[in-house]
Amino acid sequence: MLVDTRGLSCPQPVVEIKNALAKGVDEIEALIDNATSLANVTRFMNKQGFTAKNSFVESDGSTRVVFSK
Amino acid sequence: MKFNELMISRMGPVITGIAVGVFAPLLVLLGNPGNMGICVACFERDIAGALGFHRAAIVQYIRPEIIGLILGSFLSALAFKEFKPRAGSAPAVRFFLGVFASIGALIFLGCPWRAYLRLAGGDYNAIFGIAGLFVGILCGIGFISTGYNLGRTYVAPAESRISGLMMPLFAVCLLALLIIAPKFGAEGSGPIFFSEKGPGSMRAPWYAGLTIMLVVGWLAQRSRFCTIGALRDLVLARDGYLFWGIAALLIVAAGMNIALGKFNPGFASQPVAHTNSLWNFLGMVLSGLCFTLAGGCPGRQLIMAGEGDGDAAVFILGMIVGAAVSHNFALASSGAGIGAHAPAGFAFGIVFCLCVGFFSRKKV
Repeated sequence: MLVDTRGLSCPQPVVEIKNALAKGVDEIEALIDNATSLANVTRFMNKQGFTAKNSFVESDGSTRVVFSK
Repeated sequence: MKFNELMISRMGPVITGIAVGVFAPLLVLLGNPGNMGICVACFERDIAGALGFHRAAIVQYIRPEIIGLILGSFLSALAFKEFKPRAGSAPAVRFFLGVFASIGALIFLGCPWRAYLRLAGGDYNAIFGIAGLFVGILCGIGFISTGYNLGRTYVAPAESRISGLMMPLFAVCLLALLIIAPKFGAEGSGPIFFSEKGPGSMRAPWYAGLTIMLVVGWLAQRSRFCTIGALRDLVLARDGYLFWGIAALLIVAAGMNIALGKFNPGFASQPVAHTNSLWNFLGMVLSGLCFTLAGGCPGRQLIMAGEGDGDAAVFILGMIVGAAVSHNFALASSGAGIGAHAPAGFAFGIVFCLCVGFFSRKKV
């Protein structure tokens, strides 16, 4: 499941991820465009038992990161 | 561990909180008003007065602390390649959230930073303000968790990257006006007004306020220090990352005040404060709700504006206008109590926030 958090202000990126998790997925791919949100989302996901498995920087500078258990 | 790695770790907000806790009482010692070493709302109000937007003669001064916060963040963002001109998330709504955030804060007499600094100075009236702040944040969380969203910001295209420089340039212009203080108005006064008595006349040397807040701005930019996010994230995501920052601020500032002999516990006769508990509470409910709907405390908005966030810049300009409105419409409190029309200002603000909160929601 892809969650695009680009351009969203705090705490929306975490809320979007939280809403996606509530749908019972075991893998989430997130598009994040700033260091603050990346840190917030990563911290939140780690607490839920997910780890960042794969991440790379897109051409627009945002980070695409896959979280899975 | 390098200092930057430390600042973006869990210790970052704590270090920033410690810095604010040390420097704010120091700024009071150097001349700023009591329990007001740093107050974003009060200082933006003083700036509004200095520019002649309101004529409350006792609260007019171009506060270098605000300039320092913006420029400290700007320099830090440049140094760490985080300066990113961006805007476009309901700027007009954010402007009025800024207006009402200011109105609420000036009913209480302080932004969230000062609420904690007041408590650290022994001003127990701040407990009602902080309780109000918490309730305002909870209301905001209620909207956020039911789909509230002001929409996305967009990175400025290459040809309009100058948009991100507006707030840093505004800060530089304010600094020039502070130092030059031109007087070419009628009877040798204005267009810049500096108080000769009252809180506006109580000032730390400008270079001290500027230098200290350049450092705080840098630290806050690196650590994402936010007094609204501190409580919001604790409730919303069970995340104490930012909370420990305000805990450190409170403890260190209280320790500093005790060491400096500036800790005066009680309700009565507190500096730049009134004892109307109901309105201390309600003022900060409004303010806390506005800050939560806008995504961060006023300090954080200054930091984001320094990073090139045009929406945060618009929010700050709203706060400056809101401060002028507060004094021109008799909404702002004084040591004697609340302004004559504060309840009306509060009511308008709450209705506005509820409308924004209810109507800016998507289905979850």
